[in-house]
Amino acid sequence: MTTTVSKDSKATRTRSISTAPPSMKVLAVKILFLAIVDAVAVFAMSMLFFRGDWLVLGIVAVTTLLVNIVYLSPGLLPGKYLTPGLIFLAVFQVFVVVYSLYIAFTNYGDGHNSTKEDAISAIVLQNTQRVEGSPTYLVQLVEGPGGLGLLATSPEGEVLVGTQEEPLQPLDPGAVTLDGDRAVAAEGWTSLQQQDVLQRQQEVAALQVPLSDDLADGFLRTTDARNAFVFQSVFVYDEAAGTMTDTTTDTVYADLGNGQFETEGGEVLGTGWQIVVGPENFLYPFENPRFGGALLGVAVWTFAFAILSVGLSFFLGLFLALTLNDPRMRSRKVYRVLSILPYAFPSFLSALVWLGLLNTEFGFVNEVLFGSANIPWLTDPWLAKFSVLLVNVWLGFPYMFLVCMGALQSIPEELTEAATVDGANGWQVFRGIKFPLLLVSTAPLLISSFAFNFNNFNTTYMLTRGGPRMEGVTENVGHTDLLITLVYKTAFEGGNRDYGLAAALSILIFIVVAAVSAISFRQTRALEDLH
Amino acid sequence: MSFRKWVRELGWRHLIGIAVVIFAAFPLVYVLSASLNPGGTLTGSNALFRNFSLENYVDLFTDPNRPYAAWFANTMVIGLVTSAGTVFLGALAAYAFSRLRFTGRRVGLLSLILVQMFPQLLAVVAIYLLMRGISDIFPVLGLDSQIGIILVYLGGALGVNTYLMYGFFNTIPTSIDEAAKIDGAGHARIFFTIILRLVAPILAVVGLLSFIATTSEFVIASTLLSSNDKLTLAVGLFRLVSDETNSNYPVFAAGAVLAAIPVMALFLWLQKYIVGGLTAGAVK
Repeated sequence: MTTTVSKDSKATRTRSISTAPPSMKVLAVKILFLAIVDAVAVFAMSMLFFRGDWLVLGIVAVTTLLVNIVYLSPGLLPGKYLTPGLIFLAVFQVFVVVYSLYIAFTNYGDGHNSTKEDAISAIVLQNTQRVEGSPTYLVQLVEGPGGLGLLATSPEGEVLVGTQEEPLQPLDPGAVTLDGDRAVAAEGWTSLQQQDVLQRQQEVAALQVPLSDDLADGFLRTTDARNAFVFQSVFVYDEAAGTMTDTTTDTVYADLGNGQFETEGGEVLGTGWQIVVGPENFLYPFENPRFGGALLGVAVWTFAFAILSVGLSFFLGLFLALTLNDPRMRSRKVYRVLSILPYAFPSFLSALVWLGLLNTEFGFVNEVLFGSANIPWLTDPWLAKFSVLLVNVWLGFPYMFLVCMGALQSIPEELTEAATVDGANGWQVFRGIKFPLLLVSTAPLLISSFAFNFNNFNTTYMLTRGGPRMEGVTENVGHTDLLITLVYKTAFEGGNRDYGLAAALSILIFIVVAAVSAISFRQTRALEDLH
Repeated sequence: MSFRKWVRELGWRHLIGIAVVIFAAFPLVYVLSASLNPGGTLTGSNALFRNFSLENYVDLFTDPNRPYAAWFANTMVIGLVTSAGTVFLGALAAYAFSRLRFTGRRVGLLSLILVQMFPQLLAVVAIYLLMRGISDIFPVLGLDSQIGIILVYLGGALGVNTYLMYGFFNTIPTSIDEAAKIDGAGHARIFFTIILRLVAPILAVVGLLSFIATTSEFVIASTLLSSNDKLTLAVGLFRLVSDETNSNYPVFAAGAVLAAIPVMALFLWLQKYIVGGLTAGAVK
């Protein structure tokens, strides 16, 4: 009965406080923050409006509204404390996971970067050639707000101006400065001097100014920055049929639903567009046995690497803890501090330091320890695996040492004494009592350490970049690659970036890690129940 | 104790201790020695401490092709802002979970852990494409921007950190809050002026862990940052040394020593707390 009363009174008290008007200062700070948030949101929404990005616009609008409601209404106290963190979590953790899932089902990557419209104009633009016998335009390179442009005088004496994005448009003769027949300056445009042109030669050579809105009409291009000729694309897009025709060979490329233009015979144009391809990325390893085999090898090595790293550093750390945990030993503290140095050293630097030590030709290990032998520590498949493990154990054992030290010290001394009285020797005490107790307290740490090493990008990538490269596989797969470095390399390295495949691989990794963690946590709980 | 007994019971322990100390410390001694060795090759670095010169350190700050000072400043700014943001966002959430009772509290705590099981590292492709999209609207927040990368890192601010803090917040008696309420303090005043001071130790641990993790982070930084003077130390030093190991190594060594000294000093100073924080769930 009494508890009910006190609960009630507490509730009233809380309510009376939350309804009390906030002070002016608090109110001012709150309004200032909300104003900033709203201003940014309105700006973003107007940009999204012009791009026609309705879905994102809607999400931003709803979120902004929610934030305003949370902070302007008197209640919703938990919301006031949780909203800032949750917004970051929602965008950069939850959304990107969902987005990864979406990308995994697309052909997103090099050659499939954008929409079909972009792909069409890219193909048309990239394959132009001079129209035989076309008239010569006298040109002056100019620069305007839209970038580099051409101020052109047509053979008929008409003055036009345009850029890569804006087709040629006639200029009012009054706004143009002429030098003989050639227009050399126009209002609103800065004329480029000869030395500027020389400096920006590549840009000038790449400049193509469309003659009109229809790209099929052709472009003006100049090689010497004084004369320009009409160029036309080799490719013509037929909007009605949806096909792309190569006018030099009369080959017709059609959209067969694969996100690219292709012929019946399987010839493909380089630039495609992004489409949803279904489970293709997930099936890719099965359809390409060589890549599949390499991927399996990488998966096996990833498990081996994670298990061996955790196991070896745990046993080294435990051994060291047992060795140094003798109260009669002098200078124990010195040993302790010196042997945890690798743990204090920034981890991204460690692998790079070892990279120098293990260099085949000049490294300390080969030159000094092995008397100028040329042992290929980082370029032989097995030695590279050994080196990566060595470095990772070097990095990991101090942590295990500290953890085991703590766990050992928390085991009550009476247990050891009782066992000794019963006639057990040191080894038996350790096997039968200390070790099982130690495992109970360290098992969760070993599991999270396994999960960490499963995705231990830095050590592997900085030491070997995943190499040496596997032979017989077209994709860039190496002998020391972990699944995570393979994802990174697939997405961001080399000539052919494949975001779709990389996202599919990362989802597969997630499933594996989640399953392993779930199973092993259940096992540990079983272990705890035993004791 | 006779000498024989000493060898049998303690001597071997010292031998092992010395061996492990050599294994642990040698690479660090080596990098220090290489950084002080003029001449600029790996080969020359093999003779430990034969020469002494600060040439490599001077080199580090004078070559415009490797703006080390900028990398260092970027790393510090990104690391400090991220860890401060992480502590603040985490503390806000931990306070809500620890002190307020609302529907979805248990579910919320649990889903924080579940969401965290998909590490940002795995979503790096999606993060890159998202930031590329943001670049079109807000170039300041998109690719190749310090603010952008800090925002991405703050995405991981909740999760494990909130859990660590939540546990600690629960150890502060609620009677303190109640007393303050009776004195007329609002929730914001209680949070900022009372609770945050009482939980300072865990804030320090979370801040430090987040700082170390952020400054060592390579994958996201290397995909989002591209201009040479916007890189972090992890990306910059990797690019410096991974291409031509032999010629740049001593300069890299100097850079490594300078980058490591503050972190190591801080670490050794605070090791007691860090070890405690680690055993509570986080792993390096």
